[in-house]
Amino acid sequence: MSQHQTDEAPLSTTAERQAVVSSQGAAPSKEWVIVTRGIKREYDMGGEIVRALRGLDLAVRRNEYVAIMGPSGSGKSTLMNIIGCLDTPNEGEYWLNGQLVSTMKDDELARVRNKEIGFVFQTFNLLPRATALHNVELPLVYAGVSAAERKERAMDALTKVQLGERVHHRPNELSGGQRQRVAIARALVNRPSILLADEPTGNLDSQTSEEIMRVFEGLADSGQTVIMVTHEPDIAAHARRVVVLRDGQIASDERREKFTEKLGITV
Amino acid sequence: MPLFEAVRLALNTIRVQKLKSFFTLLGVCIGVMFLISVVSIVEGMGTYMERDLVGKIIAINSFELRRRPNINIGDVDASVWEEYRRRRRLYISDLLPVVEALPEGTRWAQESEAGVTAVSRYSRPRSVNAIGIDGDWFTIKKLSVVDGRQFTDQEMTQGENVVILGPDVVERLFPGLDPVGRELRVGTTPYRVIGVTESRGSAFGVSFDNFILAPWRSPIRKLLNPEPAMIDAVIVQSENPLILTEAQERVRAVMRTRHKLRPGAKDDFTMETSASALEFWNKIKGYLVIAGVALPAIGLVVGSIVIMNIMLVAVAERTREIGIRKALGAKRRDILAQFLVESATLSTVGAMLGIALGIGLSQAIAALTPLPATIAPWSIIVGVLVGAGVGIVAGVYPASRASLLDPITALRQE
Repeated sequence: MSQHQTDEAPLSTTAERQAVVSSQGAAPSKEWVIVTRGIKREYDMGGEIVRALRGLDLAVRRNEYVAIMGPSGSGKSTLMNIIGCLDTPNEGEYWLNGQLVSTMKDDELARVRNKEIGFVFQTFNLLPRATALHNVELPLVYAGVSAAERKERAMDALTKVQLGERVHHRPNELSGGQRQRVAIARALVNRPSILLADEPTGNLDSQTSEEIMRVFEGLADSGQTVIMVTHEPDIAAHARRVVVLRDGQIASDERREKFTEKLGITV
Repeated sequence: MPLFEAVRLALNTIRVQKLKSFFTLLGVCIGVMFLISVVSIVEGMGTYMERDLVGKIIAINSFELRRRPNINIGDVDASVWEEYRRRRRLYISDLLPVVEALPEGTRWAQESEAGVTAVSRYSRPRSVNAIGIDGDWFTIKKLSVVDGRQFTDQEMTQGENVVILGPDVVERLFPGLDPVGRELRVGTTPYRVIGVTESRGSAFGVSFDNFILAPWRSPIRKLLNPEPAMIDAVIVQSENPLILTEAQERVRAVMRTRHKLRPGAKDDFTMETSASALEFWNKIKGYLVIAGVALPAIGLVVGSIVIMNIMLVAVAERTREIGIRKALGAKRRDILAQFLVESATLSTVGAMLGIALGIGLSQAIAALTPLPATIAPWSIIVGVLVGAGVGIVAGVYPASRASLLDPITALRQE
């Protein structure tokens, strides 16, 4: 439906990505929002070492709309946690918006999460006892924004996702689609470098899923970098670039057209 | 996260979970309640002692020269009593040298007191306190005559048979009558009633109004002491404490000379002030306050354990919330502060309830029993601080557990 925009989006070529991921230790130039260089993540599961990521290189340019796919156990959740600064790799570098995140401590990670990342979760993860407005204000609370400005910015963000009328409702008074839009407003309210969505349509019916996908497309069109982790190919097909993981490494990394063609999906 | 935000969040939690919060707060609430009431009652007794009991017996800004202390609060051991008993009496002959030694700006009175039986035509014989007085007794004791008149100088110096009655005596010896001008007998001696004083009230249920006053020089003095020339006390008053101290020193010197005491020998007389009478009380009061604080402290310990448990439950229940907050950028100290403030707020609300109940309880005790109660402002401040303190102490462990949660694990929690 937004086919015409595909070519306009600045999609990085394989050669460019190769160049930026191979220059170990050097800060990538500003156009690269995410650069991971050979990141490894291992877990000790009761004596057995599980290697979730095995030296993964990924580079995402500003304004890209990337879907990360893969079967369960492929390491996509681990990658999402690392990209989202909830976890750090055992080895390798992760640069987010020019900052080396992979060596940061807990509180620095918290600050980066607050400033650079907007999370959208499968289960929405709204605070049940707080109103939509208060939920959206939350990242600004931790950013130390004054109450008046917080309210104004949260109202703006809710208006942008067409929820300006429902700001004082609690999550249980909202439909699934509305909840996810509150979550999107919350993710965007602190103007993050990336919007990081984890199975954003996993708990929604197909019609509402389409609605949310349209919101994402609108955001991508307006220049927001979007990373979406999903296991559904037809959801992934909404992104402009699809990265498929297998066994902790990138199995394929291609434009949407190529991906949809291969799977025979039409969007 | 700003403190205000955290307190609001905590109050919201209390509002949402009213019953649970109530049980959580109960321990702290009861602890603080008893703290406030015990302190109030001890303070009230103190005020009572100072103002009502001792203050009514010993006039303010005065001292009383006596053979031995009139007020003995607390235990006085046998050897001290033995020493008191061997002391020389005060005689009327001591009065003039003492009065002559007094500095400018003082006034004096003397009195002797004993229980006697009085009788009137209108009632059966009654036991009353007979007080023989001289000098500015009414001024010093701040007692006024509300019916009839005071003694004239002539009645005082001539020792005429006139009496002024306390209100209780009027009620008991002249029921329903105006006693002024009527006759009252002490022993076989008749006295003419010339006045009635205002009421001096009562302390611990004992009336201060069951007395008759007569000039010391009247025949009444024969009943007051073993020898008619003896007196009980010389009372000296001055508005200026410096003059009063000076007067006390001069009187001491006069009496030591008269009693031929060697330098270094202890005084064989007493100069009693309201402060000296209260010395022992102040000592007891210290112990009472400590006991009054120690007992509720047990309640507070129990209260803090309950709060700690509830906070641990809250952390477990809200693991996902903690995960969400961390994902959105909450630092460890934000989470720590959130739960500490919550637990402190919870506990402070309990303390405030306890303060309200404590004030209520002490007022109820004051109303229903003879025990007086005064709310000490410091006990309220201490109550609030204790509440917040208990909350913080009880909250440290649960809050630190919350702050150390791994955001990924926490988010996965159902």
